[in-house]
Amino acid sequence: MHIIVCIKQVPDSAQIRVHPVTNTIMRQGVPAIVNPYDLFSLEEALRLKDLHGGRVTAITMGPPQAEVALRKCISFGADDAILVTDRAFAGADTLATSYALASAISQIHKNHAVDMVFAGKQTIDGDTAQVGPGIAKRMNLQLLTYVAKIDSLDLTTRTIQVQRRAEGGVEVLTTRLPCLITMLEGTNEMRFATMDNMFRAAQYKIQTWDRAAAGIEDVTKIGLKGSPTVVSKVFAPQARTDRAEIIQAEGGEPRDLSLTLVAKLFTQHPKIGETIVRRAA
Amino acid sequence: MATKFDAIVVGAGPSGNAAAYTLAKSGRKVLQIERGEYPGSKNVQGAILYSDALEKIIPDFREDAPLERHVIEQRLWVLDDESFIGSHYRSDGFNKPPYNRYTIIRAQFDKWFSQKVQDAGALLICETTVSDLLMDGDRVVGVQTDRLGGSVYADVVILADGVNSILARKAGFRPELRPGDVALAVKEIHFLPQEVLESRFNISGDAGVVIEMIGKITKGMMGTGFLYTNKESLTIGVGCLLSDFKKQKCSPNQLLEDMKAHPSIKPLMEGGEMKEYAAHLIPEGGYNAIPKIYGDGWLVVGDAGMFVNAVHREGSNLAMTSGRMAAETVVELTAAQKPFIAKNLALYRDKLDASFVMKDLKKYRNLPEIFHRNPHFLTTYPELLNKAAHTMLTVDGVDKKTKEKQIRNSFKQKRSLFGLMGDAYKMWRAFE
Amino acid sequence: MNAEKAAPRKSGRGKVELDERLKAYHGVWVFIEHERGSVHPVSWELLGEGRQLADKLGVSLCGVVLAAPGLRARHFCEEAFFHGADSCYLMEDPVLSSYRNQPFTKGLTDLVNAYQPEILLLGATTQGRDLAGSVATTLKTGLTADCTALNIDMENRSMAASRPTFGGSLLCTILTLNFRPQMATVRPRVMAMPDRDIARRGTIIEHPLGLIETDIVTKVLQYIADEQQDKPQLPFADIIVSGGRGLKNADNFQLVWDLALVLGAEVGASRPVVQAGWVELDRQVGQSGKTVRPKLYIAAGISGAVQHRVGMEGSDVIIAINTDPNAPIFDFATYGIVGNAMTVLPALTQAFQQQLATAKMAG
Repeated sequence: MHIIVCIKQVPDSAQIRVHPVTNTIMRQGVPAIVNPYDLFSLEEALRLKDLHGGRVTAITMGPPQAEVALRKCISFGADDAILVTDRAFAGADTLATSYALASAISQIHKNHAVDMVFAGKQTIDGDTAQVGPGIAKRMNLQLLTYVAKIDSLDLTTRTIQVQRRAEGGVEVLTTRLPCLITMLEGTNEMRFATMDNMFRAAQYKIQTWDRAAAGIEDVTKIGLKGSPTVVSKVFAPQARTDRAEIIQAEGGEPRDLSLTLVAKLFTQHPKIGETIVRRAA
Repeated sequence: MATKFDAIVVGAGPSGNAAAYTLAKSGRKVLQIERGEYPGSKNVQGAILYSDALEKIIPDFREDAPLERHVIEQRLWVLDDESFIGSHYRSDGFNKPPYNRYTIIRAQFDKWFSQKVQDAGALLICETTVSDLLMDGDRVVGVQTDRLGGSVYADVVILADGVNSILARKAGFRPELRPGDVALAVKEIHFLPQEVLESRFNISGDAGVVIEMIGKITKGMMGTGFLYTNKESLTIGVGCLLSDFKKQKCSPNQLLEDMKAHPSIKPLMEGGEMKEYAAHLIPEGGYNAIPKIYGDGWLVVGDAGMFVNAVHREGSNLAMTSGRMAAETVVELTAAQKPFIAKNLALYRDKLDASFVMKDLKKYRNLPEIFHRNPHFLTTYPELLNKAAHTMLTVDGVDKKTKEKQIRNSFKQKRSLFGLMGDAYKMWRAFE
Repeated sequence: MNAEKAAPRKSGRGKVELDERLKAYHGVWVFIEHERGSVHPVSWELLGEGRQLADKLGVSLCGVVLAAPGLRARHFCEEAFFHGADSCYLMEDPVLSSYRNQPFTKGLTDLVNAYQPEILLLGATTQGRDLAGSVATTLKTGLTADCTALNIDMENRSMAASRPTFGGSLLCTILTLNFRPQMATVRPRVMAMPDRDIARRGTIIEHPLGLIETDIVTKVLQYIADEQQDKPQLPFADIIVSGGRGLKNADNFQLVWDLALVLGAEVGASRPVVQAGWVELDRQVGQSGKTVRPKLYIAAGISGAVQHRVGMEGSDVIIAINTDPNAPIFDFATYGIVGNAMTVLPALTQAFQQQLATAKMAG
């Protein structure tokens, strides 16, 4: 069995700072991490490997420094890692990204048949959740997103059964391989890497593919050229022109402030007052 | 895994990197283990980089090391509640390359230094904690990590695991850290537009200013404050002995807030926005707190060895130098085919003794104790000095001779003649 | 220093001359999402927003319904008209009875190719996001996800979609200049629910799917409902009381529950509080949590940083309680009390109780 896991290296958005004066993004010193959602998918792929044998290959489309994220995947137990990197990929939106990754995975498939592809539910820097479905469409893989649990995998009949999250519950779906799966967050816990795997990761020679090696023939489909969407501007959120009315009251005690506020609320916003009365009844 | 290394370095801070780099460069098979997510993630410093120490390890570091500003001006301020009296030294000589000191941002610098270490051939494993030393009797033969299959063996282990070295304590190389031997320091980085910063501190290009502060800002506790200029930000911080914080029941954060509000400091921070905060322990015990630093199969470098000159606020240069010397010791012993037993590793101590590291620490070995027992050095004297300056500089019709007499009396009143003489003696002892 | 300029960046294209064939694309479409017999309210919200876009462009607003044959499908179309649609494309087929990626992608893509809308909107739900990515890739067009605002750039007659970026600290505007349809997904409760006018009528346009069950690889075996029925229903709450880090510890958070009880309100929280484990994940309000639009939102001990703000700034009235008079929340709240939530919340609870007691006596 051969599973491909698509990952992305992202800035740890919890630590991104915006320069207060120039509004520029301060990336310095902000550590880059493996997109957290990808790890749930990677762990699931590794569990399937534990159960059924086979290999897991991690792949990413990114700048040269993305190899650090791939090494992380090796440390967790991925067998191989491929960095698809090329200047021509710069500025790619999700359509161009899924094209590049689908091409690369198709190349891998030529040499070593691919049974399943895993991707993260979404990235913490883009949040689009589009690349997984995009790859599935291009490679004609059955798409299973928001998977909460993989019930069973039968490699002989090449069928898989999963539980997919829906509103208020889960749907039990079954489909045939090859398929593309995105895992819901919290469905598993990433294993703690063994020392052997840490060594392996530190010494692993990451395979680097440029666009030619990735089998990409049509350069108009990658990078900025292949991106239908463009960012026209980035801006700070508008300050609501009316600042809050700070409640003042004689004495300034919480009790007085509260009474003043409640009175104001009921007089200025009668509809809300009615709602409160109705709900309390 | 049965892999064996020539040396294992525990920690990827300045001392660990200095050791690992020197060893790798000389062809040794080195494993460096860092418990943080990446080198530098657990490190905090002011931060000042001392060229001399780094030059002796990476002579051409200036080519690509991330450096903020080179220091051309040093200010020493003795603060009272609303004033300060101080000395400035600014020299154009400091503005001519090669520069002697730089302000740096540790996150970037550590990343650079670690890359050099790896380029030199050392193997770096992060996010892994060394939980124990592996012993064969009294001899250290390797390390035990917190990962499955995580025992690794080596001919020598260099402990560069910081001020709170659990390993050194566990192995019995040093006692539990005493609150009187460490300071707790907090710092913030405030971003300012470059032009504002430069005009405010009267600098241009990449020149920078360093301000070291003592006095009422530490509210009678033993400690210092500092303010450094980076390219587009200011680093401000303060630290005091942990034992003093405990006794005074004061929080370091409150100390920093009050310090920032000081009328001489506040305008320097104006318009800045706080974007980073960090806290760390700093060795303060000096010479008398240095633990055992070598034994059969092991060496201790950096903060783990308490190598910090508290008087001059120098730590990273001692760290790098000790790391380098430990590595050089290993290299020399290897070349002479001598085993890494304590008797031979004593060479490390000899190197340190012959260098500024031990010489400076020895010089100031009495200072911590003296200042600690005489808190008036940090409260009464700053007050007296500030008031004296105020008196002399106020032109109010009082004749100068009377003013001088007033000042002398104020000193005698607060400290008594006997006390003043005693203080002078103590100061001499402290600095001698 | 590695810094990316975040100032307005010219796309370098200026006014784009749309390809001739793309000029033929007209109309604003909203995918009407339904599951087990009911339409997800986000579809109505999108019709409300779509109406504004269509009016600006001077084109029609259409709903798209893919469903099993029968009255229900017709009923969905009717509701679409009530909520503002001019017409509804209806694709009825037994294989569409339950959502599955393959037939729905084919169906929606076929409709788009046949009738050529310039804008296609879907809810950013599990179903919507599963479908949108597949459709956009099939159509080779641009898709912007989780938009917080949609506008028309009249110069280009194109849709400008705004959304948070860089972890929510900033916003960005994205255009799909030379591709059609321009696709976007929007989260539930971000757009306002439009009025429902039962007098409105519209046209139904039918179109066949052209797939049979054996064509479709994925099968739905069953649906298992969640055990816990009384999950928090923040997105639909009229009144929400939220607590943040300013409450200092889990015990103090009880004060939020106390006030919520008196007001019959739902309880919400900021991300740090959820991460600290004081309340469950379902109560998180913000960019990575729920978007809410209650009539009244009370934020206690919450600073009001962008990540939280984008989740609740659509509230009608916002009351903020914070010790820091410079907290960002006071920039956009309606009323503010500068004070410690630990003392203000109980006082507020009492004040509301008093008010209710008076109202009761009067009523």
